[in-house]
Amino acid sequence: MKELEREILIIGAGPAGISAAIEAAKAGAKVTVADEHDTIGGQLYKQIHKFFGAADNHAGMRGFEIARKLEQEAKELGVEFWLNTVAYGIFKEGVGIVRDGDNFIVKAKKVIVAAGGIENTTAFPGSTLPGVMLAGAAQTMTNIHRVLPGKRMVVVGSGNVGLIVAYQMLQAGAEVLAVVERDDHIGGYGVHAEKIRTAGVPILTDTIIKCASGKTSVEGVTTVKLGADGAEIAGSEQEFNADTVIMAVGMAPLTELLWNIGCRFEFIGELGGYVPVHNEFMQTSVDGIYAAGDITGVEEASVAMEEGCIAGIAAASACGHISAEECSARCASHIDALAVLESGEYDGERSAARAKKLELYKASEK
Amino acid sequence: MSQSMRITDHPILGADEPKKKVTIYYEGTPIEANEGEPIAIALANAGIRTLYVTEKMNKPRGIFCGQGRCGSCRMIVDGVPDVKTCSTPVKDGMRVQVQHGLA
Ligand SMILES: Cc1cc2nc3c(=O)[nH]c(=O)nc-3n(C[C@H](O)[C@H](O)[C@H](O)COP(=O)(O)OP(=O)(O)OC[C@H]3O[C@@H](n4cnc5c(N)ncnc54)[C@H](O)[C@@H]3O)c2cc1C
Repeated sequence: MKELEREILIIGAGPAGISAAIEAAKAGAKVTVADEHDTIGGQLYKQIHKFFGAADNHAGMRGFEIARKLEQEAKELGVEFWLNTVAYGIFKEGVGIVRDGDNFIVKAKKVIVAAGGIENTTAFPGSTLPGVMLAGAAQTMTNIHRVLPGKRMVVVGSGNVGLIVAYQMLQAGAEVLAVVERDDHIGGYGVHAEKIRTAGVPILTDTIIKCASGKTSVEGVTTVKLGADGAEIAGSEQEFNADTVIMAVGMAPLTELLWNIGCRFEFIGELGGYVPVHNEFMQTSVDGIYAAGDITGVEEASVAMEEGCIAGIAAASACGHISAEECSARCASHIDALAVLESGEYDGERSAARAKKLELYKASEK
Repeated sequence: MSQSMRITDHPILGADEPKKKVTIYYEGTPIEANEGEPIAIALANAGIRTLYVTEKMNKPRGIFCGQGRCGSCRMIVDGVPDVKTCSTPVKDGMRVQVQHGLA
């Protein structure tokens, strides 16, 4: 098999991966970023709303604008991008990638895995019909390719992604008939819920999709209310003349590459499932393998960027470009920023989750 | 869904810039597409949602994850099966067919 040598290889060109690339390059490292898509920016690329988060992390800018800004900065620093390039495994010999249909082993001194997350799915009768799709697909269709997935939609899930996607469908000219939520309260931020409520979209809590019907694609959706015991309430069914169902039922870290090389994991529900344990410099339990962004727990772009910066600085330092002291000094502001980002009203759980990962990393060192 | 699903005007993205057009053939029928867009997008614009049909139960499948992971958009493209049409760009003259099962 063909072999390639690189100093730092970053897998994933989302906000975490590009931030890592920028900081590592600033510290003097030679950096390559591989992404399976043909665009740079990961999740940001399909986001057209203004981001929440800290001003230092470009909050207030629209997602795709942040992506463009990061891309430009990385390119000015000489970061090499390999697009349409899938990393399929991390082995002792190196990272296996497929690029332009060709198979390579990349021998890198340090590897940063910033593969992001993968959307969860939910099943109901009719959920495999054409016209039922994940939020990411609906966003890619409308915001990138400018083709509406349908005309009348029902959105499943009232977390931020569900609320934002519902609003984006309205902006694109579709009708959103309802957002259904199985919990007894709306999952996402009030500001996002308010926007779609103002537009007249009902958010139905304690409600699930009973079925989607149609011969070759969605032609109707039936919802049903759940009682306090979680059982369907007979007679509470509601029919919607929908042609599309958009699922936005959470995300989980996309961790296969890290399992495959033997990283230690811990199940932390608030972070989306099994997450790799890591130290404060984002190194996993496997020497030389770093992780950053949604792969370490599904959070937000600001967190992904801060983690990316830390991983990039630490990997460059481990390659000998900057001293351990300089590494600590450069990481300090990012570590502080993470503490602030995770200290909000809803975020106590996240700072506890981070502390748990750090503690387990320490325990695994012994 | 027979008329075009294209978003011509958008409050944030602005007016759609005219793109170069190409023609692809879906089961022999000509479909107009924007140069460079994914096959499944061109078909969605033309109101075509069934891309794949399952082997045993004959159930239709369409775009689901939209990022090349789930495989529910696999079609036969220029005679080659298992092409993920959500992430494969159109080319002028391309012939696409619904794939039945493992093809
Ligand atoms: C609808 C929606 C709205 C959001 N709104 C906000 C918001 O307002 N504010 C905010 O802070 N956050 C928001 N987020 C969250 C934010 O987008 C994510 O937290 C952030 O993008 C995570 O960054 P990342 O770099 O870890 O992963 P991603 O952005 O997911 O990037 C990962 C990249 O890795 C690539 N990849 C994965 N596996 C491989 C492989 N094996 N080989 C090659 N490449 C691979 C993927 O193609 C992808 O490009 C939103 C998310 C969604 C879905």
